[in-house]
Amino acid sequence: MITVKNLKKRFGNNVVLDGIDIHVNEGEVLAIIGPSGSGKSTLLRCLNLLEKPEEGIIQIAGTKVDARKMNSKAIYQLRQQTAMVFQHYNLFKNKTALENVTESLIIAKKMKKSEAEKIGKELLEKVGLKDKFHQYPATLSGGQQQRVGIARALAVNPSAILFDEPTSALDPEWVSEVLQVMKEIAEQKSTMIIVTHEMQFAEEVADRVIFMADGNIVEENTPYEIFNRPQSPRTQQFLKKIGTGE
Amino acid sequence: MNLNLDIGYLIDVIPTLLPFIPLTLILAIVSMIIAVIAGLVLALILRSDIPVLKQLATIYVSFFRAIPTLVQLFLIYYGLPQIFPALAGMTAIAAAIIGLSLKQAAYLAEIFRAGLGSVDKGQVEACLSVGMTRAQAFRRVVLPQATRNAIPATGNIFIGLIKETSLAFTLGVVELFAQGKILAASSLRFFETYLALALIYWIMIIIYTFIQQAIERRLEKPYLS
Repeated sequence: MITVKNLKKRFGNNVVLDGIDIHVNEGEVLAIIGPSGSGKSTLLRCLNLLEKPEEGIIQIAGTKVDARKMNSKAIYQLRQQTAMVFQHYNLFKNKTALENVTESLIIAKKMKKSEAEKIGKELLEKVGLKDKFHQYPATLSGGQQQRVGIARALAVNPSAILFDEPTSALDPEWVSEVLQVMKEIAEQKSTMIIVTHEMQFAEEVADRVIFMADGNIVEENTPYEIFNRPQSPRTQQFLKKIGTGE
Repeated sequence: MNLNLDIGYLIDVIPTLLPFIPLTLILAIVSMIIAVIAGLVLALILRSDIPVLKQLATIYVSFFRAIPTLVQLFLIYYGLPQIFPALAGMTAIAAAIIGLSLKQAAYLAEIFRAGLGSVDKGQVEACLSVGMTRAQAFRRVVLPQATRNAIPATGNIFIGLIKETSLAFTLGVVELFAQGKILAASSLRFFETYLALALIYWIMIIIYTFIQQAIERRLEKPYLS
């Protein structure tokens, strides 16, 4: 489904991704954890080429891109395969909740407005925002905005959904409603890659967890193994510091 | 005290000036449309990294913001035909529109550049992440948000432009101010005539200000919590 080989990314002299290999199966939920600056968000943002890696091969569903010979057409095609949920929601501020969800359908996929709205309304209902169709982001709570963000990502029917710390910017009171929606999506066998600091959620929902530090994958295992029997000292240290694990 | 002020003349002169408002507005609106288009193109170039073009745009903005409007109008209307004889047929109105729009484009370029720059980068990323192109992101998300940011300053430019159309009289265009000058010279009622002109400009700007406030309220709607 998703295969990444030898992905390298640097900002100036700072190596952010030092040759990453990952593989995600269809319907699998992969959680990526690690300290800030470990490169986990950058890795996620390389998958839809919001960051351009210097080196490496990214294959998602039928689309394969080699970082050394990317053109705008390849970039565009790879982006069609995924959708992203952002830490700061990044809802289109000039558009209502419903328009946020239908925008890509109408503009990128050239769908009829009525058809797009039908899908948009279904998705917003699914994330529990039935009564917020015509409200603008400024009038929604953080949790509601992020649920619109999830509906917007689902709308394009992506091969995989990329979650970039989707609850990190939320007030604590809104975290659980967002996690609940994500859990429901996971239960429907969607392919998901989730960069998160919610260890309990990762343990509960992920099929596999990757621990990253300093641009490398330090450890990769089932959630149970990672959180209960971390092998690497680096992982042990991290989990101890944030107060999960033993 | 015997005040040499003829209120009756003031009231009488106003209707004779009104027919010249359309030309003033045409000068202002046509110049504004050209300036907005040129300003947007300049702003996009200034925000880009296109070599040569970017430097040229910077020089353009620097030059046209620096020279007095009057110098610029004379340069275009009286100066250019000397170098390019083909331009000798240029009408005074055309010269005024070109001069005013070239100048305001320079100011608008800076306003639009700031307006575009104030749109959060995450907005474009969100567009790209759901499979939209950069052009679609610009048209559907960035431009509307930048417009809202740029409207107040752009409105000030338009107000300035309405007033600066009076400089067209120096090229022989008989617009509002030129007509006032003609009337004042023949009646020798300078104060009344120029006061009438001042009042007309004032009322035009008041009406425009109302229009702008309505536009601002409308554009602001999505952002009110």
